[in-house]
Amino acid sequence: MLATDNDIMNRAEAWRREGKGVAIATVVETWGSAPRPVGSHLVIDDDGNFLGSVSGGCVEGAVVTEAVDVITSGAPKMLEFGVADETAWKVGLSCGGRIRVYVERVD
Amino acid sequence: MKLEILAALNAEREARRAAVLVTEIATGKQRLVREADLASDPLAETLAERLRMGKSGMAETPAGDVFLTVQAPPVRIVVTGAVHISQALAPMARLLGHDLTIVDPRTAFATPERFPDAPVHAEWPDDVLPKLGVDRYTAFVALTHDPKIDDPGLIHALRSRCFYIGALGSRKTHAKRVERLTAAGFTDKDIARIHAPIGLPIGAISPAEIALSIMGEITAALRLKPASAAQAAA
Repeated sequence: MLATDNDIMNRAEAWRREGKGVAIATVVETWGSAPRPVGSHLVIDDDGNFLGSVSGGCVEGAVVTEAVDVITSGAPKMLEFGVADETAWKVGLSCGGRIRVYVERVD
Repeated sequence: MKLEILAALNAEREARRAAVLVTEIATGKQRLVREADLASDPLAETLAERLRMGKSGMAETPAGDVFLTVQAPPVRIVVTGAVHISQALAPMARLLGHDLTIVDPRTAFATPERFPDAPVHAEWPDDVLPKLGVDRYTAFVALTHDPKIDDPGLIHALRSRCFYIGALGSRKTHAKRVERLTAAGFTDKDIARIHAPIGLPIGAISPAEIALSIMGEITAALRLKPASAAQAAA
C-alpha cells in the first residue's frame, strides 16, 4: 500500500522509539517540474530502510546514502539535485527540475 | 529533529489540529507552533498565511532563512449511505491518504463486513456528525437517495465550514432537495455549495466509476481552489 504522510511520520517515530537511528528528509525547495511538492518526506533508518518519497524514485538512493551519514554524524545536511546529465552516472532528475532536500537526524 | 517534536507533530495530526514546524536552516533549530498558539509566535503573520494556503516552504526572516513545514489535518470524507458507491469510495480514499467514515442508520447496510477499509456508524447523521466534528478539512458526501437520511447530513454540512459537499441524485431529485432546504431556511448561496448531480462529468455508470468521479471532484475542490468560499471565510 502506498504510504501517506501519516504512515511516514508515524513510522519515523516508531523506529526511533525502537532504538533505531532515524533521519527525515524533506523537500524544501523546487524549481521547474519537480516530481514531488515542497514538504514531501522520506524517512530512513540506519539499516537503509525507507518509507515515503522526495522525487518519485529519481534520487531516493542518493538521499538514503546521505541520510545514513547524517544518522552517524548528527549534523543536518542540505542536498541539491538537478537535471541528470550524460557526463556521469550521477543521479539526477530526468524531468528537468531541481530540488533541495533537507536531511536531519531524529534525536 | 527532537523525538518529542516529532511525537507532538504526529499527535497534532492525529487530533486533527493544524500545526507548523519552523526549522532554522543555518542552525537546525526547530520549534513546533500549534494553531492555537500561532498568534503569540514571532512569525505569526507568515505562519498564519502559510497555514491558510496549506503550503510548506522556505521563508526569509530577520534571523535567517527558515523552512516551514505546514501540517494540515488529513482530509476526511464523511459519507451518508453504506451503499455500493461507498464500498468503492472507501479503498480509493485510503489510497489517497484520506480518512473516510460511513454513516447509515440502516443496520443491514452499515456492517463492518461490507466496509473493511473504513469505520461505519450505524446511526443517524444528526447524531453522529456533531460528534465527528465536521471541519474545514472535511468533505461531506450524501449517497443514500433517501431524504430522511441525506437531508440531516446535508443540513449539518451546510452549517459547517467543510470544503466540499456533494449529493447523489438526478436534477429532478436535486430540485426537490433544493425546495426542502430552502424551506428549512437555507439561502441560494448556501445551497450552491452542494455539488449536484455529484461527481465530475466523465460518463460514469458503474458504482466504482461514480466513486471515481466523486473522488475527482473532491480532489479538484481540495487542490484547484484552496481558498474556497468556506476557507476564505475562516
